[in-house]
Amino acid sequence: MIDKTFKSCEEAVACVPDGATIMLGGFGDPGLPGRLLEALRQKGTKNLAIIHNGAGAGDWALGGLIKDGRIRKLTASFPCNPGAIAFQELYLKGQVELELVPQGTLAERIRAAGAGLGGFFTPTAAGTELAKGKESRVIDGREYVFEKPLRADFAFIRAHRGDRLGNLAFRKAMRNFNMVMATAAEMTIAEVDKLVPVGGIDPEDVHTPGIFVDRVVHIARHPKLVEITGPK
Amino acid sequence: MKLTRDGIAYRVACDLPNGSYVNLGIGIPTIVSSYLTPDKEILFHSENGILGMGPVAAPGTEDVDLVNAGKEFVTMLPGGAFFDHSLSFSMIRGGHLTHSILGALEVAGNGDLANWRTPGEKVPGVGGAMDLAFGVKNVWVTMTHVTNKGKPKILKACTLPLTGPRCVKRIYTDLALIEVTPEGLLLREFAPGLDPAAVQAQTEAPLRIASDCSAMNVPENIKGVPLAA
Repeated sequence: MIDKTFKSCEEAVACVPDGATIMLGGFGDPGLPGRLLEALRQKGTKNLAIIHNGAGAGDWALGGLIKDGRIRKLTASFPCNPGAIAFQELYLKGQVELELVPQGTLAERIRAAGAGLGGFFTPTAAGTELAKGKESRVIDGREYVFEKPLRADFAFIRAHRGDRLGNLAFRKAMRNFNMVMATAAEMTIAEVDKLVPVGGIDPEDVHTPGIFVDRVVHIARHPKLVEITGPK
Repeated sequence: MKLTRDGIAYRVACDLPNGSYVNLGIGIPTIVSSYLTPDKEILFHSENGILGMGPVAAPGTEDVDLVNAGKEFVTMLPGGAFFDHSLSFSMIRGGHLTHSILGALEVAGNGDLANWRTPGEKVPGVGGAMDLAFGVKNVWVTMTHVTNKGKPKILKACTLPLTGPRCVKRIYTDLALIEVTPEGLLLREFAPGLDPAAVQAQTEAPLRIASDCSAMNVPENIKGVPLAA
């Protein structure tokens, strides 16, 4: 029998070493695996490289890890989001490295890694300062920039429903980066609102097949928003 | 007279054709959806994986799993769809969206757009702006015609780092509607009470005047909201 479920976030992240590169799904609160991050924060793991769209908010989850000085590098498209105060402070002190990537390029670099590709040419950013130092090529009269695949040691993601095989289904705007990130890490750990029996997700409705998912943790969803997302 | 922020959004809404697939940026573009007339069916896209997005959720009806790219709680309209970031940016980069309405810091006479690095910013951030600028067929800019210090924002050449070269097709400001053509900027409309010379005086890049150039047809207010003042 395959059983990818873990009883707690603490157990699920116990193997994450210092220095790990972690992809972190979510866009705003939907799909953000906040409880996994909090478990990592409690564990004291440090020197992390994080790949995420933003730079966290407040002092919870990613914001908390950054505030505690656990991050050495952030790869992001929008690290200037309101609330990313902890990141801004560290960045201005020169204590954290930033790799800025256009949002669509970030998603596609992750997709390329997960799909076994060696990179791709995109028109996005050609001729701008974000293309500096990158190979470019004119294809059918248009300039494209070469972008390399982006992979990680771990992907932390959040879905609505999951089963013990790792099959996942998302709800509304939860999918965002979670689906591509699940494909691009050595180990993908998912926190889910609901753990359902095998067969509980109709095959027509599986968004991320369990082949991409290594660990599943059930985090009961609290009816109150603040309990789901942490303090604002 | 000048158009208000709502007035600029109203003028854009008048030009969006039925059947458009539109991404609205933060700021004035967000207001555009408030001024669409019911005879047009238009689907709004949000970078984080939504097509067919409805208005912001009324207080008390927010869904924790449904936010737009500005992280506001929003609603869905019948016929909408959810998808992941990869597909969302295929819609953008692949040229499937028909319109991107963006704010701008500077636009040049050749359509160069600068809107991602502000002077004096502490941490840079680009988000989806470059993908939109490079991928969407019709990039329309909404902005005030000049800075709050009265300096022109429509320039011969941008001074700030570019979001995208030669991508802007139209500029909607509080003073004018300007089209970007291969021959340069073409003034199509000016705010009520102005004339082409008054618009040119606040525009660094040279303007050609369209043969049918006229005053904008924008009501002074709609339901008590001032559109021109």
